[in-house]
Amino acid sequence: MMYIDPHAHMISRTTDDYEAMAAAGVVALIEPAFWVGQPRTYVGTYVDYLSSIVGWERFRASQFGIRHYCTVGLNSKEANNEELAEGVMEWLPRFALKEGVVAIGEIGYDEQTPLEDKYFRLQLSLAKELNLPVMVHTPHRDKKRGTSKSMDVCEEMGMDPSMVIIDHNNEETVAETLQRGYWAGFSIYPSTKMGNVRMVELLKQYGGERIIVDSACDWGISDCLGVAKTAHLALQSGIPEETVRKVCYQNALDAYGQSGQMNEQDWLNPAPIDQRTLYEGNSILRGGREPKIEAPGERRAGQLLIE
Amino acid sequence: MSNTAESLLRNWIVEQAPEQATWVDGSLDALAQGAPDRDLYIFLGYAPRKLGKADLNLTDDDLADANAAKPGWSPKGWSIDGAARVLALLTATSNRPFAERFKDLRRTSDVSEMIALYRGLPLYPDPETMDFEVGEGLRSNIRAVFEAIAHHNPFPRDNFDEHRWNHMILKALFVGSTLAPIVGLRDRANPELARILVDYAQERWAAGRPVTDELWISVRPFKDDPAIADQLSEAVGKGYLNKEVLL
Repeated sequence: MMYIDPHAHMISRTTDDYEAMAAAGVVALIEPAFWVGQPRTYVGTYVDYLSSIVGWERFRASQFGIRHYCTVGLNSKEANNEELAEGVMEWLPRFALKEGVVAIGEIGYDEQTPLEDKYFRLQLSLAKELNLPVMVHTPHRDKKRGTSKSMDVCEEMGMDPSMVIIDHNNEETVAETLQRGYWAGFSIYPSTKMGNVRMVELLKQYGGERIIVDSACDWGISDCLGVAKTAHLALQSGIPEETVRKVCYQNALDAYGQSGQMNEQDWLNPAPIDQRTLYEGNSILRGGREPKIEAPGERRAGQLLIE
Repeated sequence: MSNTAESLLRNWIVEQAPEQATWVDGSLDALAQGAPDRDLYIFLGYAPRKLGKADLNLTDDDLADANAAKPGWSPKGWSIDGAARVLALLTATSNRPFAERFKDLRRTSDVSEMIALYRGLPLYPDPETMDFEVGEGLRSNIRAVFEAIAHHNPFPRDNFDEHRWNHMILKALFVGSTLAPIVGLRDRANPELARILVDYAQERWAAGRPVTDELWISVRPFKDDPAIADQLSEAVGKGYLNKEVLL
Protein backbone atom coordinates (compact mmCIF):
# COMPACT_ATOMS: atom_id res chain seq x y z
CA MET A 1 0.00 0.00 0.00
CA MET A 2 1.17 3.56 -0.73
CA TYR A 3 0.90 6.19 1.99
CA ILE A 4 0.84 9.95 2.16
CA ASP A 5 1.89 11.71 5.35
CA PRO A 6 0.07 15.04 5.00
CA HIS A 7 1.71 16.65 8.05
CA ALA A 8 5.43 16.10 8.59
CA HIS A 9 8.02 18.72 9.59
CA MET A 10 10.95 17.18 7.78
CA ILE A 11 13.16 20.21 8.29
CA SER A 12 13.52 18.90 11.87
CA ARG A 13 14.18 15.28 10.86
CA THR A 14 17.13 13.20 9.75
CA THR A 15 17.96 11.18 6.65
CA ASP A 16 17.29 8.01 8.70
CA ASP A 17 13.68 9.15 8.92
CA TYR A 18 13.41 9.73 5.20
CA GLU A 19 14.84 6.26 4.57
CA ALA A 20 12.46 4.65 7.04
CA MET A 21 9.45 6.48 5.60
CA ALA A 22 10.33 5.49 2.04
CA ALA A 23 10.87 1.88 3.15
CA ALA A 24 7.48 1.88 4.88
CA GLY A 25 5.69 2.96 1.71
CA VAL A 26 5.37 6.74 2.11
CA VAL A 27 5.37 8.14 -1.44
CA ALA A 28 4.48 11.75 -0.69
CA LEU A 29 4.32 14.09 2.27
CA ILE A 30 3.26 17.61 3.11
CA GLU A 31 5.44 19.89 5.20
CA PRO A 32 3.36 22.65 6.81
CA ALA A 33 5.10 25.89 7.72
CA PHE A 34 5.25 25.94 11.52
CA TRP A 35 6.95 27.10 14.69
CA VAL A 36 10.44 25.60 14.57
CA GLY A 37 10.68 25.24 18.34
CA GLN A 38 12.17 28.66 19.00
CA PRO A 39 10.80 32.01 17.93
CA ARG A 40 12.17 33.73 14.85
CA THR A 41 13.11 37.29 15.72
CA TYR A 42 13.66 38.63 12.21
CA VAL A 43 11.32 38.56 9.23
CA GLY A 44 14.32 37.50 7.14
CA THR A 45 14.78 34.24 9.02
CA TYR A 46 11.12 33.45 8.41
CA VAL A 47 11.51 34.22 4.70
CA ASP A 48 14.54 31.93 4.46
CA TYR A 49 12.58 29.22 6.27
CA LEU A 50 9.79 29.46 3.70
CA SER A 51 12.41 29.32 0.94
CA SER A 52 13.82 26.18 2.52
CA ILE A 53 10.53 24.33 2.53
CA VAL A 54 9.69 25.24 -1.08
CA GLY A 55 13.24 24.50 -2.22
CA TRP A 56 15.90 22.64 -0.34
CA GLU A 57 13.65 20.34 1.69
CA ARG A 58 11.73 19.43 -1.45
CA PHE A 59 14.97 18.40 -3.10
CA ARG A 60 16.17 16.52 -0.02
CA ALA A 61 12.98 14.43 0.09
CA SER A 62 13.28 13.67 -3.63
CA GLN A 63 16.62 12.00 -3.04
CA PHE A 64 14.83 9.39 -0.97
CA GLY A 65 12.11 8.89 -3.56
CA ILE A 66 9.52 10.86 -1.61
CA ARG A 67 7.53 13.67 -3.19
CA HIS A 68 7.52 16.73 -0.98
CA TYR A 69 4.79 19.37 -0.86
CA CYS A 70 4.32 22.15 1.63
CA THR A 71 1.94 24.69 3.03
CA VAL A 72 2.95 28.27 3.75
CA GLY A 73 1.61 30.46 6.50
CA LEU A 74 2.19 32.36 9.71
CA ASN A 75 1.70 29.97 12.63
CA SER A 76 -0.41 30.95 15.59
CA LYS A 77 2.42 31.27 18.13
CA GLU A 78 4.43 33.71 16.03
CA ALA A 79 1.28 35.64 15.13
CA ASN A 80 1.68 37.11 18.60
CA ASN A 81 4.83 38.96 17.55
CA GLU A 82 3.12 41.76 15.68
CA GLU A 83 6.21 43.23 14.05
CA LEU A 84 7.23 39.80 12.72
CA ALA A 85 3.67 38.96 11.75
CA GLU A 86 3.24 42.13 9.68
CA GLY A 87 6.49 41.41 7.86
CA VAL A 88 5.61 37.78 7.15
CA MET A 89 2.18 38.77 5.84
CA GLU A 90 3.87 40.98 3.24
CA TRP A 91 5.95 38.08 1.96
CA LEU A 92 3.32 35.34 2.04
CA PRO A 93 1.68 36.14 -1.31
CA ARG A 94 5.06 35.63 -2.97
CA PHE A 95 5.28 32.11 -1.59
CA ALA A 96 1.66 31.00 -1.93
CA LEU A 97 1.97 30.34 -5.66
CA LYS A 98 5.25 28.44 -5.55
CA GLU A 99 5.34 25.00 -7.06
CA GLY A 100 4.16 22.32 -4.65
CA VAL A 101 2.43 24.70 -2.22
CA VAL A 102 -0.81 22.85 -1.51
CA ALA A 103 -2.41 25.06 1.15
CA ILE A 104 -2.14 28.02 3.45
CA GLY A 105 -1.22 26.59 6.82
CA GLU A 106 -0.79 25.60 9.47
CA ILE A 107 -2.73 28.54 10.83
CA GLY A 108 -5.24 29.01 13.61
CA TYR A 109 -5.11 29.47 17.35
CA ASP A 110 -2.64 28.73 20.13
CA GLU A 111 -3.61 30.88 23.14
CA GLN A 112 -6.61 32.30 21.27
CA THR A 113 -5.41 35.91 21.50
CA PRO A 114 -6.71 38.88 19.46
CA LEU A 115 -3.51 38.93 17.38
CA GLU A 116 -3.86 35.24 16.57
CA ASP A 117 -7.41 35.95 15.53
CA LYS A 118 -6.37 38.88 13.34
CA TYR A 119 -3.73 36.95 11.37
CA PHE A 120 -5.86 33.82 11.12
CA ARG A 121 -8.55 35.88 9.40
CA LEU A 122 -6.10 37.69 7.13
CA GLN A 123 -4.64 34.38 5.99
CA LEU A 124 -8.06 32.89 5.37
CA SER A 125 -8.73 35.85 3.07
CA LEU A 126 -5.50 35.17 1.22
CA ALA A 127 -6.40 31.49 0.80
CA LYS A 128 -9.78 32.45 -0.52
CA GLU A 129 -8.33 34.97 -2.96
CA LEU A 130 -5.87 32.39 -4.33
CA ASN A 131 -8.34 29.50 -4.16
CA LEU A 132 -6.05 27.44 -1.94
CA PRO A 133 -7.04 24.91 0.72
CA VAL A 134 -6.32 25.74 4.37
CA MET A 135 -4.68 23.58 7.02
CA VAL A 136 -5.94 24.61 10.46
CA HIS A 137 -3.88 23.85 13.55
CA THR A 138 -6.24 23.43 16.48
CA PRO A 139 -4.99 24.49 19.92
CA HIS A 140 -3.69 22.06 22.55
CA ARG A 141 -5.26 24.02 25.40
CA ASP A 142 -8.98 24.70 25.56
CA LYS A 143 -9.08 22.45 22.53
CA LYS A 144 -12.76 21.79 22.10
CA ARG A 145 -13.80 25.42 22.21
CA GLY A 146 -10.79 26.47 20.14
CA THR A 147 -11.69 23.98 17.44
CA SER A 148 -15.31 25.14 17.26
CA LYS A 149 -14.16 28.74 17.12
CA SER A 150 -11.71 27.95 14.30
CA MET A 151 -14.57 26.59 12.22
CA ASP A 152 -16.83 29.52 13.13
CA VAL A 153 -14.19 31.94 11.86
CA CYS A 154 -13.61 29.94 8.67
CA GLU A 155 -17.30 30.23 7.93
CA GLU A 156 -17.43 33.92 8.85
CA MET A 157 -14.63 34.48 6.36
CA GLY A 158 -16.58 32.66 3.67
CA MET A 159 -14.48 29.53 3.43
CA ASP A 160 -16.05 26.42 1.97
CA PRO A 161 -15.55 23.64 4.58
CA SER A 162 -14.49 21.26 1.81
CA MET A 163 -11.41 23.46 1.31
CA VAL A 164 -10.43 23.31 5.00
CA ILE A 165 -8.58 20.58 6.86
CA ILE A 166 -9.05 20.83 10.62
CA ASP A 167 -6.00 19.09 12.03
CA HIS A 168 -5.07 17.54 15.39
CA ASN A 169 -8.59 16.31 16.11
CA ASN A 170 -9.40 13.97 18.98
CA GLU A 171 -12.41 12.04 20.30
CA GLU A 172 -13.91 15.27 21.63
CA THR A 173 -13.73 17.30 18.42
CA VAL A 174 -14.20 14.84 15.58
CA ALA A 175 -17.98 14.62 15.54
CA GLU A 176 -18.47 18.37 15.15
CA THR A 177 -15.67 18.68 12.56
CA LEU A 178 -17.20 16.01 10.35
CA GLN A 179 -20.75 17.12 10.90
CA ARG A 180 -19.91 20.66 9.76
CA GLY A 181 -18.44 19.30 6.51
CA TYR A 182 -14.70 19.76 7.15
CA TRP A 183 -11.87 17.31 6.56
CA ALA A 184 -10.76 15.91 9.92
CA GLY A 185 -7.03 15.42 10.39
CA PHE A 186 -5.61 13.25 13.19
CA SER A 187 -1.99 13.49 14.25
CA ILE A 188 -0.59 10.22 15.51
CA TYR A 189 1.82 11.77 17.97
CA PRO A 190 2.85 10.12 21.24
CA SER A 191 1.71 11.58 24.58
CA THR A 192 0.23 14.92 23.48
CA LYS A 193 -2.03 14.15 20.52
CA MET A 194 -3.45 10.86 19.19
CA GLY A 195 -2.34 7.28 19.72
CA ASN A 196 -2.93 4.76 16.96
CA VAL A 197 -4.97 2.35 19.11
CA ARG A 198 -7.40 5.20 19.76
CA MET A 199 -7.27 6.06 16.08
CA VAL A 200 -8.33 2.56 15.11
CA GLU A 201 -11.28 2.83 17.51
CA LEU A 202 -12.29 6.09 15.80
CA LEU A 203 -12.09 4.44 12.39
CA LYS A 204 -14.40 1.70 13.64
CA GLN A 205 -16.84 4.31 14.79
CA TYR A 206 -16.63 6.89 11.99
CA GLY A 207 -15.39 4.95 8.95
CA GLY A 208 -13.09 6.61 6.46
CA GLU A 209 -15.01 9.53 4.95
CA ARG A 210 -13.06 12.83 5.18
CA ILE A 211 -10.73 11.45 7.86
CA ILE A 212 -7.01 12.00 7.34
CA VAL A 213 -4.19 10.42 9.35
CA ASP A 214 -0.84 12.20 9.70
CA SER A 215 2.26 11.93 11.89
CA ALA A 216 2.92 15.64 12.60
CA CYS A 217 6.49 14.49 13.29
CA ASP A 218 8.70 17.43 14.23
CA TRP A 219 11.51 18.38 16.64
CA GLY A 220 9.76 16.72 19.59
CA ILE A 221 9.53 13.03 20.44
CA SER A 222 7.36 11.92 17.58
CA ASP A 223 7.18 9.13 15.03
CA CYS A 224 7.74 9.67 11.32
CA LEU A 225 6.08 6.28 10.72
CA GLY A 226 2.81 7.38 12.34
CA VAL A 227 0.81 6.89 9.15
CA ALA A 228 2.32 3.55 8.14
CA LYS A 229 2.03 2.11 11.66
CA THR A 230 -1.57 3.23 11.98
CA ALA A 231 -2.38 1.63 8.64
CA HIS A 232 -0.83 -1.67 9.73
CA LEU A 233 -2.60 -1.64 13.07
CA ALA A 234 -5.92 -0.79 11.43
CA LEU A 235 -5.59 -3.67 8.96
CA GLN A 236 -4.65 -6.05 11.76
CA SER A 237 -7.72 -4.87 13.67
CA GLY A 238 -10.02 -5.73 10.78
CA ILE A 239 -10.62 -2.25 9.37
CA PRO A 240 -11.44 -2.71 5.66
CA GLU A 241 -8.52 -2.08 3.34
CA GLU A 242 -10.51 0.51 1.43
CA THR A 243 -11.01 2.57 4.60
CA VAL A 244 -7.31 2.38 5.42
CA ARG A 245 -6.41 3.47 1.90
CA LYS A 246 -8.74 6.44 2.22
CA VAL A 247 -7.46 7.73 5.54
CA CYS A 248 -3.79 7.04 4.90
CA TYR A 249 -3.61 8.07 1.25
CA GLN A 250 -6.61 9.06 -0.84
CA ASN A 251 -8.33 11.63 1.38
CA ALA A 252 -5.15 13.66 1.80
CA LEU A 253 -4.69 13.59 -1.96
CA ASP A 254 -8.30 14.68 -2.55
CA ALA A 255 -8.20 17.45 0.04
CA TYR A 256 -4.82 18.98 -0.82
CA GLY A 257 -5.10 18.08 -4.51
CA GLN A 258 -7.70 20.87 -4.68
CA SER A 259 -4.70 23.20 -4.90
CA GLY A 260 -3.92 21.79 -8.35
CA GLN A 261 -0.38 21.26 -7.07
CA MET A 262 -0.53 17.64 -5.97
CA ASN A 263 -1.30 14.86 -8.39
CA GLU A 264 -0.85 11.10 -8.20
CA GLN A 265 1.05 11.28 -11.48
CA ASP A 266 3.78 13.24 -9.67
CA TRP A 267 5.00 9.99 -8.13
CA LEU A 268 3.48 7.35 -10.42
CA ASN A 269 4.58 8.96 -13.66
CA PRO A 270 6.71 12.05 -13.03
CA ALA A 271 7.33 14.59 -15.81
CA PRO A 272 10.67 14.13 -17.60
CA ILE A 273 11.98 17.42 -16.21
CA ASP A 274 11.21 16.25 -12.68
CA GLN A 275 12.88 12.93 -13.31
CA ARG A 276 16.01 14.71 -14.39
CA THR A 277 16.12 17.32 -11.69
CA LEU A 278 13.86 16.64 -8.78
CA TYR A 279 12.94 13.07 -8.25
CA GLU A 280 15.11 10.04 -7.83
CA GLY A 281 12.19 7.63 -7.89
CA ASN A 282 10.86 5.43 -5.14
CA SER A 283 12.23 1.91 -4.83
CA ILE A 284 8.84 0.66 -3.71
CA LEU A 285 7.10 2.09 -6.76
CA ARG A 286 9.86 0.63 -8.92
CA GLY A 287 8.97 -2.74 -7.39
CA GLY A 288 12.37 -2.92 -5.73
CA ARG A 289 11.23 -3.83 -2.26
CA GLU A 290 8.18 -4.70 -0.24
CA PRO A 291 7.12 -1.89 2.10
CA LYS A 292 8.57 -2.63 5.50
CA ILE A 293 8.32 -0.95 8.87
CA GLU A 294 11.73 -0.65 10.39
CA ALA A 295 12.85 1.83 13.01
CA PRO A 296 14.69 4.87 11.63
CA GLY A 297 18.38 4.07 11.56
CA GLU A 298 17.81 0.35 12.12
CA ARG A 299 19.76 -0.76 9.09
CA ARG A 300 22.52 1.63 9.96
CA ALA A 301 22.71 0.46 13.59
CA GLY A 302 23.22 -3.11 12.44
CA GLN A 303 26.13 -2.10 10.27
CA LEU A 304 29.53 -1.68 11.86
CA LEU A 305 31.29 -0.69 8.67
CA ILE A 306 31.20 2.88 7.35
CA GLU A 307 32.43 3.16 3.78
CA MET B 1 17.41 38.01 -40.49
CA SER B 2 18.57 36.57 -37.26
CA ASN B 3 16.26 36.08 -34.32
CA THR B 4 16.74 37.42 -30.83
CA ALA B 5 16.69 35.02 -27.89
CA GLU B 6 13.48 36.73 -26.75
CA SER B 7 11.66 36.15 -30.03
CA LEU B 8 12.82 32.53 -30.18
CA LEU B 9 11.62 31.83 -26.65
CA ARG B 10 8.29 33.53 -27.26
CA ASN B 11 7.68 31.55 -30.45
CA TRP B 12 8.62 28.20 -28.96
CA ILE B 13 6.33 28.79 -25.98
CA VAL B 14 3.36 29.93 -28.02
CA GLU B 15 3.76 27.18 -30.64
CA GLN B 16 3.69 24.58 -27.90
CA ALA B 17 0.86 26.14 -25.88
CA PRO B 18 -1.20 28.07 -28.46
CA GLU B 19 -4.21 28.21 -26.12
CA GLN B 20 -2.16 30.38 -23.75
CA ALA B 21 -0.90 32.77 -26.43
CA THR B 22 -3.17 35.60 -25.30
CA TRP B 23 -2.10 35.25 -21.70
CA VAL B 24 1.59 35.02 -22.58
CA ASP B 25 1.61 37.95 -25.00
CA GLY B 26 -0.67 40.10 -22.86
CA SER B 27 1.45 39.54 -19.75
CA LEU B 28 4.70 40.16 -21.59
CA ASP B 29 3.39 43.38 -23.11
CA ALA B 30 2.37 44.64 -19.68
CA LEU B 31 5.76 43.70 -18.22
CA ALA B 32 7.55 45.41 -21.11
CA GLN B 33 5.57 48.57 -20.40
CA GLY B 34 6.66 48.70 -16.78
CA ALA B 35 4.02 46.71 -14.89
CA PRO B 36 4.72 46.53 -11.13
CA ASP B 37 6.98 43.79 -9.70
CA ARG B 38 3.93 42.08 -8.27
CA ASP B 39 2.77 41.27 -11.82
CA LEU B 40 6.12 39.67 -12.55
CA TYR B 41 5.85 37.52 -9.38
CA ILE B 42 2.37 36.42 -10.40
CA PHE B 43 3.45 35.61 -13.96
CA LEU B 44 6.34 33.53 -12.60
CA GLY B 45 3.97 31.72 -10.24
CA TYR B 46 1.39 31.01 -12.92
CA ALA B 47 3.85 29.91 -15.61
CA PRO B 48 3.82 26.16 -14.76
CA ARG B 49 0.11 26.27 -13.88
CA LYS B 50 -0.85 27.71 -17.27
CA LEU B 51 1.80 26.21 -19.51
CA GLY B 52 2.62 22.91 -17.81
CA LYS B 53 6.13 21.67 -17.22
CA ALA B 54 6.89 19.70 -20.39
CA ASP B 55 10.22 20.03 -22.12
CA LEU B 56 10.34 22.46 -25.03
CA ASN B 57 9.97 20.51 -28.28
CA LEU B 58 13.04 21.76 -30.06
CA THR B 59 14.25 20.68 -33.48
CA ASP B 60 17.85 20.80 -34.65
CA ASP B 61 16.96 23.98 -36.52
CA ASP B 62 15.67 25.54 -33.30
CA LEU B 63 18.89 24.68 -31.54
CA ALA B 64 20.87 26.17 -34.44
CA ASP B 65 18.78 29.36 -34.19
CA ALA B 66 19.55 29.52 -30.47
CA ASN B 67 23.25 29.17 -31.12
CA ALA B 68 23.06 31.88 -33.77
CA ALA B 69 21.21 34.25 -31.43
CA LYS B 70 23.71 33.70 -28.58
CA PRO B 71 26.82 31.73 -29.41
CA GLY B 72 27.02 28.68 -27.18
CA TRP B 73 23.46 28.95 -25.87
CA SER B 74 21.63 25.63 -25.91
CA PRO B 75 18.04 25.51 -24.64
CA LYS B 76 18.10 21.72 -24.85
CA GLY B 77 16.32 20.32 -21.82
CA TRP B 78 14.60 23.62 -20.99
CA SER B 79 11.01 23.27 -19.83
CA ILE B 80 8.23 25.43 -21.22
CA ASP B 81 7.54 27.11 -17.87
CA GLY B 82 11.24 27.73 -17.32
CA ALA B 83 11.50 29.32 -20.75
CA ALA B 84 8.54 31.56 -19.96
CA ARG B 85 10.09 32.61 -16.67
CA VAL B 86 13.37 33.59 -18.29
CA LEU B 87 11.52 35.40 -21.04
CA ALA B 88 9.48 37.36 -18.50
CA LEU B 89 12.61 38.41 -16.66
CA LEU B 90 14.23 39.52 -19.93
CA THR B 91 11.13 41.40 -20.97
CA ALA B 92 10.17 43.22 -17.77
CA THR B 93 11.49 46.74 -17.56
CA SER B 94 12.74 48.22 -14.33
CA ASN B 95 15.07 50.95 -13.18
CA ARG B 96 16.78 48.61 -10.72
CA PRO B 97 20.04 46.93 -11.77
CA PHE B 98 19.47 43.51 -13.30
CA ALA B 99 21.54 41.60 -10.74
CA GLU B 100 19.50 43.11 -7.91
CA ARG B 101 16.25 42.01 -9.51
CA PHE B 102 17.67 38.56 -10.10
CA LYS B 103 18.66 38.32 -6.45
CA ASP B 104 15.20 39.32 -5.32
CA LEU B 105 13.67 36.47 -7.36
CA ARG B 106 16.35 33.93 -6.53
CA ARG B 107 15.95 34.40 -2.77
CA THR B 108 12.35 33.27 -2.81
CA SER B 109 12.42 30.80 -5.69
CA ASP B 110 11.23 27.22 -5.63
CA VAL B 111 13.53 24.59 -7.10
CA SER B 112 12.24 24.66 -10.69
CA GLU B 113 12.22 28.43 -10.66
CA MET B 114 15.80 28.58 -9.46
CA ILE B 115 16.87 26.13 -12.16
CA ALA B 116 15.15 28.28 -14.80
CA LEU B 117 16.69 31.50 -13.48
CA TYR B 118 20.19 30.09 -13.68
CA ARG B 119 19.69 28.45 -17.05
CA GLY B 120 18.93 31.91 -18.41
CA LEU B 121 22.39 33.26 -17.49
CA PRO B 122 23.79 33.48 -21.04
CA LEU B 123 20.87 35.70 -22.03
CA TYR B 124 21.00 38.33 -19.28
CA PRO B 125 22.43 41.84 -19.54
CA ASP B 126 25.54 42.95 -17.64
CA PRO B 127 27.06 39.49 -17.02
CA GLU B 128 29.93 41.08 -15.09
CA THR B 129 27.47 42.12 -12.34
CA MET B 130 26.24 38.57 -11.79
CA ASP B 131 29.32 37.37 -9.97
CA PHE B 132 27.75 37.02 -6.51
CA GLU B 133 24.53 35.50 -7.79
CA VAL B 134 26.38 32.90 -9.83
CA GLY B 135 28.49 32.07 -6.78
CA GLU B 136 25.33 31.46 -4.75
CA GLY B 137 24.05 29.07 -7.41
CA LEU B 138 27.32 27.18 -7.62
CA ARG B 139 27.35 26.78 -3.84
CA SER B 140 23.83 25.33 -3.90
CA ASN B 141 23.37 21.94 -2.37
CA ILE B 142 20.74 21.13 -4.97
CA ARG B 143 22.57 19.37 -7.75
CA ALA B 144 20.13 20.41 -10.45
CA VAL B 145 20.67 24.08 -9.56
CA PHE B 146 24.43 23.65 -9.79
CA GLU B 147 23.97 21.87 -13.12
CA ALA B 148 21.76 24.69 -14.42
CA ILE B 149 24.92 26.78 -14.37
CA ALA B 150 27.51 24.11 -15.16
CA HIS B 151 25.81 22.14 -17.93
CA HIS B 152 24.87 23.21 -21.46
CA ASN B 153 25.60 26.77 -20.45
CA PRO B 154 28.29 28.95 -22.06
CA PHE B 155 28.25 31.44 -19.18
CA PRO B 156 31.04 29.79 -17.17
CA ARG B 157 33.31 29.45 -20.20
CA ASP B 158 32.77 33.08 -21.16
CA ASN B 159 32.77 34.68 -17.74
CA PHE B 160 34.48 32.63 -15.03
CA ASP B 161 38.01 33.36 -13.90
CA GLU B 162 40.32 30.40 -13.60
CA HIS B 163 39.74 29.86 -9.88
CA ARG B 164 35.97 29.70 -10.21
CA TRP B 165 36.18 27.54 -13.33
CA ASN B 166 38.44 25.04 -11.61
CA HIS B 167 36.24 24.83 -8.54
CA MET B 168 33.16 24.28 -10.66
CA ILE B 169 34.85 21.27 -12.29
CA LEU B 170 35.88 19.92 -8.91
CA LYS B 171 32.44 20.40 -7.41
CA ALA B 172 30.88 18.59 -10.38
CA LEU B 173 33.05 15.60 -9.50
CA PHE B 174 32.29 15.83 -5.79
CA VAL B 175 28.53 15.92 -6.22
CA GLY B 176 28.53 12.97 -8.62
CA SER B 177 27.64 15.09 -11.63
CA THR B 178 29.11 14.70 -15.12
CA LEU B 179 31.71 16.80 -16.91
CA ALA B 180 30.88 16.12 -20.56
CA PRO B 181 27.94 18.60 -20.69
CA ILE B 182 30.18 21.46 -19.47
CA VAL B 183 30.61 23.96 -22.30
CA GLY B 184 34.28 24.79 -22.87
CA LEU B 185 35.73 21.84 -20.98
CA ARG B 186 38.60 21.54 -23.48
CA ASP B 187 39.09 25.27 -24.14
CA ARG B 188 39.40 26.13 -20.48
CA ALA B 189 41.77 23.33 -19.46
CA ASN B 190 44.70 24.79 -17.52
CA PRO B 191 47.78 23.49 -15.68
CA GLU B 192 46.44 24.37 -12.23
CA LEU B 193 43.23 22.42 -12.88
CA ALA B 194 45.25 19.47 -14.16
CA ARG B 195 47.27 19.49 -10.94
CA ILE B 196 44.15 19.68 -8.74
CA LEU B 197 42.48 16.87 -10.66
CA VAL B 198 45.48 14.57 -10.41
CA ASP B 199 45.59 15.20 -6.64
CA TYR B 200 41.89 14.46 -6.48
CA ALA B 201 42.37 11.21 -8.44
CA GLN B 202 45.18 10.18 -6.14
CA GLU B 203 43.03 10.78 -3.09
CA ARG B 204 40.31 8.59 -4.61
CA TRP B 205 42.69 5.78 -5.46
CA ALA B 206 44.11 5.85 -1.95
CA ALA B 207 40.58 5.49 -0.55
CA GLY B 208 39.76 2.65 -2.94
CA ARG B 209 37.13 4.72 -4.73
CA PRO B 210 36.59 4.85 -8.50
CA VAL B 211 37.76 7.78 -10.62
CA THR B 212 35.70 8.87 -13.63
CA ASP B 213 37.43 8.82 -17.00
CA GLU B 214 35.87 12.20 -17.82
CA LEU B 215 38.40 13.82 -15.56
CA TRP B 216 41.28 13.17 -17.98
CA ILE B 217 39.84 15.51 -20.62
CA SER B 218 41.15 18.44 -18.59
CA VAL B 219 44.41 16.69 -17.66
CA ARG B 220 45.47 15.33 -21.05
CA PRO B 221 46.90 18.57 -22.54
CA PHE B 222 49.24 18.86 -19.53
CA LYS B 223 50.15 15.24 -19.01
CA ASP B 224 53.84 15.95 -19.59
CA ASP B 225 53.90 18.92 -17.24
CA PRO B 226 56.62 18.21 -14.64
CA ALA B 227 54.13 19.11 -11.88
CA ILE B 228 52.06 16.01 -12.56
CA ALA B 229 54.04 13.75 -14.91
CA ASP B 230 55.61 11.70 -12.10
CA GLN B 231 52.30 11.20 -10.30
CA LEU B 232 50.73 9.98 -13.52
CA SER B 233 53.47 7.45 -14.32
CA GLU B 234 53.33 6.18 -10.76
CA ALA B 235 49.57 5.68 -11.07
CA VAL B 236 50.05 3.81 -14.32
CA GLY B 237 52.77 1.71 -12.67
CA LYS B 238 50.48 0.79 -9.78
CA GLY B 239 47.73 -0.15 -12.17
CA TYR B 240 45.32 2.60 -11.01
CA LEU B 241 45.42 4.34 -14.34
CA ASN B 242 45.20 2.97 -17.86
CA LYS B 243 47.74 4.71 -20.05
CA GLU B 244 45.25 4.86 -22.93
CA VAL B 245 43.03 7.45 -21.26
CA LEU B 246 45.86 9.98 -21.38
CA LEU B 247 46.34 9.68 -25.15
